[in-house]
Amino acid sequence: MCADQIERLPTGITGFDHIANGGLPKGRTTLVSGTAGSAKTVFAAQFLAAGIKRGEPGVFVTFEETPEALRRNMLGFGWDIARWEAEGKWAFVDVSPQPEEELVELGSYDLGALLARIEHAVRSIGAVRLSMDSLGAIFTRLNDSRVVRNELLRIVSTLRRLGVTAVLTAERTQEYGEIARYGVEEFVSDDVVILRNLLEDEKRRRTVEILKFRGTSHQKGSFPFTVIPGEGIHVIPLSAIELKQRSSSVRTTSGNTELDRMCGGGFFRDSIVLVSGATGTGKTLMATTFMAAGVRQNERSLLFAFEESRDQLFRNAIGWGIDFEQMERDGLLRVICNYPEVTSLEDQLIFMKAEIDRFRPQRVAVDSLSALERVATIKGFREFVIGLTSFIKHQEMAGLYTATTPTLLGGSSITEAHISTITDSIILLRYVELFGEMRRGLTVLKMRGSSHDKDIREFTIDSRGMHIGRPFRNISGILSGQFTHIAPSEIDRLSAMFRDDEGDESARDSAPTN
Amino acid sequence: MSKIVLHLYIAGQTPRAERAISTLRRMIEQELAGYECELTVIDVLADPQQAENQKILATPTLIKSSPPPYRRVIGDLSSVTDLLNVLNLPPQS
Repeated sequence: MCADQIERLPTGITGFDHIANGGLPKGRTTLVSGTAGSAKTVFAAQFLAAGIKRGEPGVFVTFEETPEALRRNMLGFGWDIARWEAEGKWAFVDVSPQPEEELVELGSYDLGALLARIEHAVRSIGAVRLSMDSLGAIFTRLNDSRVVRNELLRIVSTLRRLGVTAVLTAERTQEYGEIARYGVEEFVSDDVVILRNLLEDEKRRRTVEILKFRGTSHQKGSFPFTVIPGEGIHVIPLSAIELKQRSSSVRTTSGNTELDRMCGGGFFRDSIVLVSGATGTGKTLMATTFMAAGVRQNERSLLFAFEESRDQLFRNAIGWGIDFEQMERDGLLRVICNYPEVTSLEDQLIFMKAEIDRFRPQRVAVDSLSALERVATIKGFREFVIGLTSFIKHQEMAGLYTATTPTLLGGSSITEAHISTITDSIILLRYVELFGEMRRGLTVLKMRGSSHDKDIREFTIDSRGMHIGRPFRNISGILSGQFTHIAPSEIDRLSAMFRDDEGDESARDSAPTN
Repeated sequence: MSKIVLHLYIAGQTPRAERAISTLRRMIEQELAGYECELTVIDVLADPQQAENQKILATPTLIKSSPPPYRRVIGDLSSVTDLLNVLNLPPQS
């Protein structure tokens, strides 16, 4: 059977429909399984809330939390369940444990009453969607789990007959292992979604994985998601983000004429530049200059600063002759400072996207990524950078990230190692020890789609900013930090051997390919 | 003395429902002859709203709302003796 013949019901959960190739299989029941605290209830409620916004009424069968608790807890996501109930768009089937009631079992039974209630609720509001949350609770209340399984199977087939698309949540005891407790997957095995709440390197990471959609397609693998107040589950469909950005050949200034020349005429619009260097080499200066250059040509510029306070940044900028305060007053600049430690990286990404959406800048700078790396796992960090990069490039903005190397001399940053293939250009800033003196060196390591200066040039910083000068000629090993001074005669000899291609611009592209 | 009030929820005339009803009849006739006793049978297929109001999960479900203590029993009530035990019947005093 052709995959396209199975109709989808878009869930309306941000990002989820993308990884589900359109939504949940329509008219079927999908098992959503996860450990405690994996946001199963939020998923179940959001599935209905999103449906109501599309004009599709929904029934919520609750086995665990009381309707009162759900109405209260879900209000924080902006879902006014009580109002929807009054409007006939939402109905509860309350199967939550009643505190005063003790169930005594005497003889054999079935769940005919539950089935009748569900069918009644579906018919009375014309429900298109249904959520059942969560199955484990009913297995613990009734002794005969064989009966419960059979009856749930009967309920699922009734839902199919009614044409309802349903989400059924179930518990897992561990993040990897059997799909759900009590052999639940035996009767709803067609469509399975797994929610995980992993502890990696002492950091919590939520992911969602579509294990299977029988007879139809979906994105494979797990995708990070986060739970946001006022919105609910927000899936970040990283690998599903098409890297199909048009790469433009329009150049835009870095704010430094010499650097523009080294890059072959400036940065590309829609490209991401990574500036890597040790502390104090001038990364924040480059970010500041990049922002100011944007403002000067009337572009909106947005700076995310994770290492320095606002006051500090503004004072630094003044020191280089740049008045951030005036630029903000003019509405062309926005500087957002926050501490990466206050939130998870997933939330940070969503926050940054929202700020970018609101300010609609032509330029974005992040200073520095290394600060963000501290709060995440390697995988989480990589996903964050991919997510941010593809978002920025989709908006046709020029981006600049900075990364801090851990050692003063030479070395590469961990940040760099993880994201260098994602960025279009890499600029290295390095300390250079020259005859007992610390100088600074700069080189353009990679410039995708363009020729560039291959020299390591000395630069200085003064009250007007950065000045890039001549290449270092009598020293080698700058990038590794293992300097070797070469006698001038040797330099002359080497120069004669390799005619410098500087100046005549032979467009040899030494950008590393990925 | 307060009346004994029983509600039995069934889902259609199934063999389980019939067994539960016959056990209840036997109990009322044989063991509770001297008491005032009221038994109502509710078919949830005909009146699902009633099942929703009482939050009935399984069928058959028997609810004893009077005299206290309140009792809720699920199953086809196979034996009169067990049922009397569970329901705290006949009432003491």
